[in-house]
Amino acid sequence: MAILEVKNLETTFKQRKSKIHAVNGVSFSLRKGEMLAVVGESGCGKSVSMLSIVNLLPPAATIENGQIFFDGQDIRKMNKRDMQHIRGNKISMIFQEPMTSLNPLMKISAQVSEALIYHKKLSKSQALERSTELLELVGFSNIRELFNEYPHQLSGGMQQRVMIAMALTCDPQVLICDEATTALDVTIQAQIVELIKNLHAKLDSSIIFITHDLGLIAGMVDRVIVMYSGFFVEEALVDDLYDDPRHPYTIGLLKSIPKIRGKEVTRLASIEGSPPDLLEKPQFCPFAPRCRYSVERCWRENPVLTIVPGKDNNPTHKAACWVDTRNGVEK
Amino acid sequence: MKKEQNEVIVSIKDLKKHFPVKLGAFSERSGIVHAIDGISIDIYRGETLGLVGESGCGKSTTGFVIVQLYRATSGHVFFNRIDLTKLSERELRPMRKKIQIIFQDPYSTLNPRMTIGESIGEPIRAHKLMNNKEIKQRVSELLKDVGLKPSLANRYPHEFSGGQRQRICIARALIIDPEFVVCDEPVSALDVSVQAQIINLMQDLQEKYNLTYLFIAHNLAVVRHISDRIAVMYLGKIVEIAEKNELFDRPLHPYTKALLSAVPEADPKMERQRHRIILEGDVPDAISPPSGCRFHTRCPIAKEKCSQEIPDLEEKRPGHYVACHYAG
Repeated sequence: MAILEVKNLETTFKQRKSKIHAVNGVSFSLRKGEMLAVVGESGCGKSVSMLSIVNLLPPAATIENGQIFFDGQDIRKMNKRDMQHIRGNKISMIFQEPMTSLNPLMKISAQVSEALIYHKKLSKSQALERSTELLELVGFSNIRELFNEYPHQLSGGMQQRVMIAMALTCDPQVLICDEATTALDVTIQAQIVELIKNLHAKLDSSIIFITHDLGLIAGMVDRVIVMYSGFFVEEALVDDLYDDPRHPYTIGLLKSIPKIRGKEVTRLASIEGSPPDLLEKPQFCPFAPRCRYSVERCWRENPVLTIVPGKDNNPTHKAACWVDTRNGVEK
Repeated sequence: MKKEQNEVIVSIKDLKKHFPVKLGAFSERSGIVHAIDGISIDIYRGETLGLVGESGCGKSTTGFVIVQLYRATSGHVFFNRIDLTKLSERELRPMRKKIQIIFQDPYSTLNPRMTIGESIGEPIRAHKLMNNKEIKQRVSELLKDVGLKPSLANRYPHEFSGGQRQRICIARALIIDPEFVVCDEPVSALDVSVQAQIINLMQDLQEKYNLTYLFIAHNLAVVRHISDRIAVMYLGKIVEIAEKNELFDRPLHPYTKALLSAVPEADPKMERQRHRIILEGDVPDAISPPSGCRFHTRCPIAKEKCSQEIPDLEEKRPGHYVACHYAG
């Protein structure tokens, strides 16, 4: 059953006289207990689409269109109060920069217990007790000392673990990790990824992992959505996506990553050009200018996500492309 | 390996760089950051030496000391057998033509008020090598080399994307025919699909202009792709240095092993089976680094000796140097 369902979401930003089309009508659903990844390059709309869900968009942004159902309720129709009851409680988020997400003037104890007091109406001592459990869960041992520290006294990895503990305070049904490990070093990243995997096995939450790193999510998630220029261009179960990518952009991305093991290539395959600006909502395929497979139709019509050919109508694997990339022939 | 008759172009001998800092809310205490604490490396002409490590390990500082943007606290940097640390600023100027640097962030390293043609030509002007007409000619050539149209020379940096700006920075570094280029995380700020373009470009230019690179990065996959040899740094020390396939196939230092095992790979089946070495804790403070081997606080195989004696960088296999008492 879907815990979160997004239909035709469209978000824009005002910029002087023009409009930036950050998210252009995306739809997806998240099952209970599922771990979903949304990948794409900077500016592809992956963060904006998730911020639209929890209504944390900056003032310049507007949701133009779309419905967002959480547990059957349309949260776009909710008032501010009801939304506050969901945000940080039933849907919580972990952001990229732990240093800027933590309040520098609050001790860790107050920081972690705040949501428990606000959402769960616990007393201060109950909240501190629960906070201790949560901080132990994310791998801290000397909690007494930690409670009296301020964020700047912790390292980046420790701050991010505090953020995770805070996100888990109210047993959220959906946890959104927005580039949660990008600012960390590899060995610390490995610690955090291991922690998120273990927590997912232990707790009953659904997780959405937003990242630009196709390697990071490979061993972690169930399903992957690839975004480009505000559109979903491919959607598949994780093994299908890596073994049999179908959208030219996904194919190019996977080929352009240098490998750490196995046979080496003397020259990396690269995608020429750079992502388009988002000032106009494209009337044709946004990837066409950089695409090796493009045909005349790509410049006329923007393809929608459809089930890829040759998969016996496997509804889990979809791509938005006019061409069958296995043979380079128009569908 | 692309070593040409094993000629050493840059040689670092027991290099140290310490930064004095003020600590505490009222700067009442002082300390010393041991950014680089005694490293020695030889870099051969024509090769690419990768320098990897986590943030704060001193890899960028090493690059900066080699190009003499920082002066060393002690030790020597030989370039073509001349000790740069002994030269005055004036004596250094002719040397600077031969050594260039490319930085991480192409947004902050280009002057927004100069056209890119002016920026690229500036090194020639600074060294008074050509007249204006020749400079213009040379700028066009370099723009073509880095894959941009010469007609773009009159545009300003804000009109370019991140990848294009990094191309411009590369053109600026190469315009005075350097022999040696320090590349400080040149692709880290770029998107994945653009990274590959820049890496390919750098390899092409290395061949065309016979360049030697010191490639500083934290992304091990990128370093593996571009380097001939790789040095791994941890907290101001080199812990392992070897030819790249040797290092990736047979890492000896426990830190290198952990680092390699921590890098995620775009292959779901392999990722699910993989056993990761998860290091406990964080990198210690460089103000008061641990005694003995600096890695012993996080090392899975540390014994008593490790906290007392500093291990030397020893050749354990041909061309493969490791600083660990119990490596293997």
